Amino acid sequence: MKKLILTAAVLALSAGTAFAADVVRMGTEGAYPPYNFINDKGEVDGFERELGDTLCTKAGLTCEWVTNDWDSIIPNLLSGNYDTIIAGMSITPEREETIMFTQNYYPPAASAYAAKTADADVMGVVAAQVGTIQADYVAKSGATLLEFSTLDDTVAAVKNGEADAVFADKDALAPFVTEGGELVWDGEDVPLGGGIGIGMRKSDTELKAKFDAVITEMKADGSLNTMIKKWFGDDAALF
Amino acid sequence: MFDTCADPKTLEGLSWLLCYLTTGKHMMFYGSFFVVIALMVIVAPVALAFGFGGAIAARSPFAPLRWFGKLYTSMVRGIPDIVFFLFVPVAMDQGLEYLRYLYKCPHDGTPVWANNEFSVCAAAKLPLSSTPQIWHEVYGFSLAVIAFAVVFGAFAANVLYGAMNAVPRAQLETAEAYGMSPAQVRRRVLIPQMWTYALPGLSNLWLILVKATPLLFLLGVEDVVYWARELGATKSQLYDYPHPDWRFWYVLVLLVFYLSMTKVSEIVLGRISTRLSRGQATMAGEALRKAAA
Repeated sequence: MKKLILTAAVLALSAGTAFAADVVRMGTEGAYPPYNFINDKGEVDGFERELGDTLCTKAGLTCEWVTNDWDSIIPNLLSGNYDTIIAGMSITPEREETIMFTQNYYPPAASAYAAKTADADVMGVVAAQVGTIQADYVAKSGATLLEFSTLDDTVAAVKNGEADAVFADKDALAPFVTEGGELVWDGEDVPLGGGIGIGMRKSDTELKAKFDAVITEMKADGSLNTMIKKWFGDDAALF
Repeated sequence: MFDTCADPKTLEGLSWLLCYLTTGKHMMFYGSFFVVIALMVIVAPVALAFGFGGAIAARSPFAPLRWFGKLYTSMVRGIPDIVFFLFVPVAMDQGLEYLRYLYKCPHDGTPVWANNEFSVCAAAKLPLSSTPQIWHEVYGFSLAVIAFAVVFGAFAANVLYGAMNAVPRAQLETAEAYGMSPAQVRRRVLIPQMWTYALPGLSNLWLILVKATPLLFLLGVEDVVYWARELGATKSQLYDYPHPDWRFWYVLVLLVFYLSMTKVSEIVLGRISTRLSRGQATMAGEALRKAAA
């Protein structure tokens, strides 16, 4: 009996160390529902949490979730605080200069303007979250860009009249329009970016290959589409 | 927490509020107040030790030590706090990981700093990727403590340096006349007497430290500001407890917290000040003597 316990303990220990090398720290923002958010239990939740956990299980990795401010999410990836960015980050050429992305796990999504009235001036003062493709787009559109560090701040700026409209990812903005009652969609949707991928350090090619393989698998068997429908509704763009 | 909270969307009024205020997330919010208090309680003595070392060094008869003491105080005091708070943790983290890299990693020519990236092998990471998240948080908190201690230590060094010079020369001369060595004079006369002169400056520093704790948020520690912002943000139907933008109320709680911290500090510092003035040849000491007589 003693021997059995000892063997079990040794096995558990060696299993523990074998595992230890494979822990992947998943960095996310935790403030961008339904992509990622902190639920009422205080855990990371959302589409990306479910997707990330599935990807890790299929790739045989142990993953741990870490939250980080959006502002510093790329610098902290580069300095090694975590190994991936899975935070609704669109694949853009500018970002690809510093980090690398897996293939997209969410198709190119529509961005939209929301304002207090449907005819508000989208060329006036427009609020957007700092460092997003939407902020880039507003700056190039000729409107006056007002940047905030979180999505919530951008919406608050429209509500208190500081900005004429807010421009953000349509899925993330939707609850403020459908549930808030104060905001309405303003103008046409704008398709932006090359879809959403997992960001990684350029040196982590092995990890990228693992995730890419599993994403391909999930796209092929339709399980990714099922997950997208679950979190974004039946109208969401699918693969 | 309570059984009645199992289905939050059916609740209303007071029972909703009770369940809302006891969610796991709120517990983390309450816990973060202790993080902030812990920071103050840990930083204060460490910074005082840094300050003490700096002040003694700045008064040293040995020139290089004196230069070091003066350089430390003037450099840290001259650089904006926020630059220091951003620089010290990053520099310490990368420095420590680089040291570990030197003896833990295979040296196969992979550069450590390349391409904007700082990458050492998995074995040199600090803390290791495989350690539980809590240790990563403790590590981040410790770096924050060091950053705070370095900054506040420099200010404390200047206060203590001034206080040491404020002790009347006659007191020290008397001690020397009794045949005490310089070390004895310092230990028996100078240091016990300087506190009464140092206290106003130190209490000022303490109150600045209390107010500076929200900087923890900048260092990535999930402190009261982080949770107030996160909890107050608009919550859609996706959450168990949807609510509009309530950040105003959460920030109000922080306001009350910081004001009461200030009030408590003032009461305690007032008592310490009275205690230190007793028997001193200062105006406060004289006032105490007259009141007692």
